[in-house]
Formats: sequence, C-alpha cells, structure tokens
Amino acid sequence: MASTETKTTDAGAGGDQQIASVEAGLDALESGVVGRTSFRQTFVNKILPPIVAIAVVIVVWQALITFNIVDDPGKLPSPSDVGDEFKEAWLEGRLLEYIWTSVSRGLLGFLFALAIGTPLGLLVARVKFVRAAIGPILSGLQSLPSVAWVPPAVLWLGLNNSMMYAVILLGAVPSIANGLVSGIDQVPPLFLRAGRTMGATGLKGAWHIVLPAALPGYLAGVKQGWAFSWRSLMAAEIIASSPDLGIGLGALLENGRNASSMSMVFEAIILILFVGIAIDLLIFSPLERRVLRSRGLLVKS
Amino acid sequence: MATTLAKADGAETVEHAARIEHVSKSFAGPAGQQLVLDDITLDVAPGEFVTLLGASGCGKSTLLNLVAGLDDPSSGSITTDGRPALMFQEHALFPWLTAGKNIELALKLGGVPKSDRRERAERLLELVRLKGSYGKRVHELSGGMRQRVALARALAQDARLLLMDEPFAALDAITRDVLHDELTRIWKETGVSVLFVTHNVREAVRLAQRVILLSSRPGRVAREWTVGIPQPRRIEDAPVAELSLEITEVLRGEIRRHGQH
Repeated sequence: MASTETKTTDAGAGGDQQIASVEAGLDALESGVVGRTSFRQTFVNKILPPIVAIAVVIVVWQALITFNIVDDPGKLPSPSDVGDEFKEAWLEGRLLEYIWTSVSRGLLGFLFALAIGTPLGLLVARVKFVRAAIGPILSGLQSLPSVAWVPPAVLWLGLNNSMMYAVILLGAVPSIANGLVSGIDQVPPLFLRAGRTMGATGLKGAWHIVLPAALPGYLAGVKQGWAFSWRSLMAAEIIASSPDLGIGLGALLENGRNASSMSMVFEAIILILFVGIAIDLLIFSPLERRVLRSRGLLVKS
Repeated sequence: MATTLAKADGAETVEHAARIEHVSKSFAGPAGQQLVLDDITLDVAPGEFVTLLGASGCGKSTLLNLVAGLDDPSSGSITTDGRPALMFQEHALFPWLTAGKNIELALKLGGVPKSDRRERAERLLELVRLKGSYGKRVHELSGGMRQRVALARALAQDARLLLMDEPFAALDAITRDVLHDELTRIWKETGVSVLFVTHNVREAVRLAQRVILLSSRPGRVAREWTVGIPQPRRIEDAPVAELSLEITEVLRGEIRRHGQH
C-alpha cells in the first residue's frame, strides 16, 4: 500500500520524461525495418525466370524442327526463319512502322476510353438510378468479345481510323468504368465516417476520401482497360484491312495469312504479344505497384 | 495551464461541451423495433474527462455516433459546442497520405490556411511525441504510433469535444498504458473535453474524472461515479484498483440480470 502512494507523489516532470523514453523505445521496437532488395536479388527472382522460360520455348521449338517432328515449314517455321523475317522488316524500316501504327492507335483509343470510362464509372457508382439502369449491362459488356463490334463499326463508320477507335472504346470503356465502380464500392465505410466527422461530405468527401481510396481498384480497371484496348484493336485490324489504313500488327498478321507465310504470321503474333506486355510492364505495372506500395498493400514475400 | 491548442475566443460562456437530454434510439431489427438507448441524459462540462462504461450491447458506440452527428436520435436532443472530433478503435488514418498529410487534411477541411498547415501539423505531431514522423506512411507506423497520429488528427479539428470510441482496445497492454499517460497529459495541456467509451473498467477509472455506467439492452444510465483520485494515476494504483473493483461488482450485477430469464 505505502509503496504505491510514494509512487504517485513521485511522478511529476520526471515521470513525464520517463513516459517519453518508454514510448520512444516502444516506437523503435514496433516499427518494422524496411530494406530495399538488392539488384542481384531482383535479377534472380524477377528477371531470370521469364528469360529461362523464353529460352526453353525456343529450344523446344528448334528441337521440333531439328528432329523432324514437324517437317512442314508452312505449318511451323524455324526460329531462324522468323528471325530473318524480323531482320528484313527492320532493315527495310517497316518494323517500327508496323509497331507505331498499332501502338499510336491503341494508346490514343485507350486515352479516349479513359476519358469516357472514368466519368461513366463515377456516375454508375454514385447515382443509384444510373447503376440500376446500366450497371448490369456494363458488367455484361465485359464478357462480350470485342470482335463482335467490328462488323457494326465497319457498317456505321466505314473502313477508317474512327471505326478502329469505336471498337477500342466499346472494348475498353466497360473495364475502366467497372474498375472505378468496384474501387468505389470497396472504400472502407470507416474512411467515410472518419471523413464525415472531419467535415468531408458531398463533393469534398468525394475528392478527398472516396476517389483516393478507390484508386487501387480504378488502376486495376485501367490496366485491364489497356489489355482490352489492345485486343480490340488487333481484332479490328485483322478483320478490317484497307490500304488507306496503313499496316499495323493486325494487318501484318492478315497479310501473312494471305501470303501463306507462316514466318510472317509468327512475326506478327510475337510483336502483338511483345507490345502488349511491354506497355503493361513500362506504364501500368509500375504505376500500380507504386500506388500499392505507398499504401503498404504490396506484401513482399 | 498551457492552452496552446484550445480556442481562446469568447465562447467561455458555454456551460456544456455536450448536453444529451432524454435521448432514445431504436433500430429496425429482425424482431421489430429494437430499443438500443433508453432515455439517456448526461452532460459533459467544458474541459471535463468523462468515460462511458458498459458491457456489450449497451449502445455506447451508438451513443457516440449520435453525439458525433453521424446518426440522429429517435427522440430527445443532443447539443454540442461545435462539431466534435471522433477517434475510433481502428486508427482510420488514410493510407494514401503520410502521417503529416493526414493531419493537414483535417486542418484543410477545418479551414486552416495553407501557409499555416505544415507548421500546425508539425506542432501536433510534437504534441503526441512523434516529431520527425511527418513523412512516414501509415503502414510504417506501429499500432501505438498510428493511434497517436489519429489523436493528433482529431485534435487538428480544433474541436472543443473529443469523442473516443475504445481507441486503445486493440493495443497491447504496455502500449495502452503509455497512451493512457499521454492522453492524460494532452487532455491537460489542451483543455479539451473528452467523452471516452470503453468496456475496460480500470481504463475508465485510470482516465476519467467521472465514470458513467450504462446498463445493457437497452442502454440506460445505471450509475455514476466521480473519481477523486489525483492525476497522475497509474492503472496499478491501489485507489484505482479499489474503485475498479466496486464498479466491476455493479457492472456484473447489471450483466447478471440478462441471464435470468
């Protein structure tokens, strides 16, 4: 009994100092130490595996040719044939032209899709009537292959660039809008309550709380939107070829088929894959990773 | 008394930081209307520290939501001196902002001019002893640090009443103990009124000037104690333990009634 009493009278400015130092110790103990991984580790864990995978595919491919398992070059060209196709296109300056024709179209169409899909998503997420009216259609549209839009787009707009953009929009807008809708739906109610007690209601609440909280979901939708843009564009380019349109990657694939040149078909497929992956790796993945990491949502395993 | 953060305008004539009069609240449940709060009347004086104590189902969080203006009472009236600040059991910090920016957002929404925000945020961080954590992300902070940033953010609203909904319930005992000391210090330094909800009897006695016990289903004011033990108190102090024991007995009695039908 007596000991507790002396303790209480004892505690003054000295006790306050003690609390501060205990607290500092707790803070230091409980905050995790975050280190960056070294380049070597990144190389071994992230860069090496895909390189190995690609090497394995090429080795198997070459083996199929070397051991005469597939002996019709019309069905399977050798890796070196395809390599020559690339070299030729590069030396004639056509390679970058193919890529640029499609990429510029794809990115521009994607930007349009972003400009339309974002406000549309906001509208669906926030206005009950709009959600009830077009929400299910918007989700349903995601499962409609964008190739289906090519014939009507050609009939409506003719064989030109606007038809390509129309197909991209119809393919990508639903993904982007749906991403934003699910991002907004998943905002923790606690954030909204915290915001409201701080006076963030209405537009202020949307700007300061809802939109930043929905960003990860929105980015996932945007990423998917790019994949859909690219796919839709390829479908449009393969089906609708016209000399006025220039030769993009889809048209290259179609030309290869018409010329019965399997190595050209392979060249086109490899380029389509490569561009789709490269844009994702260079733009969308880093963006998404940055946002997730800054929020502590990216768990390093 | 240092009142660096308390408002020093002419509002001293206000008699209550919060006045809750005959407040009832019912929700539509599976078995019809369910009465959660029944005729609650209580006041919090300016600068007073009051804890609301009760078992599960006493509607303490509901009451706090009503005082915070997040919900409306079914009957009765609640008046507060300005908009109160609210702290939750979860820190509710925004993960897309740094610790400092979280505080600055509260300042911004409270109408503090841009030029002053940074300095005010730094001062508030210093108040909760987190100097130098301005640029830290929420996930880089420990549980105790997060709650301190949340406290700083609540204080940034410059409210005269701070509502706290079991803010330390999810923390470990050592951290909670330290935060009790900190809260007592900050309460004294700022002169803010506090209405603190908890189900932890010792915590209630450790912190409060007045402990109000709510009965459960529906929540009613069962009893009230004025805690005369001088601060600084420790949760282990004999007088704290003694009063806690007394309150626990009454609380158990309240709970026992529910098992008797």
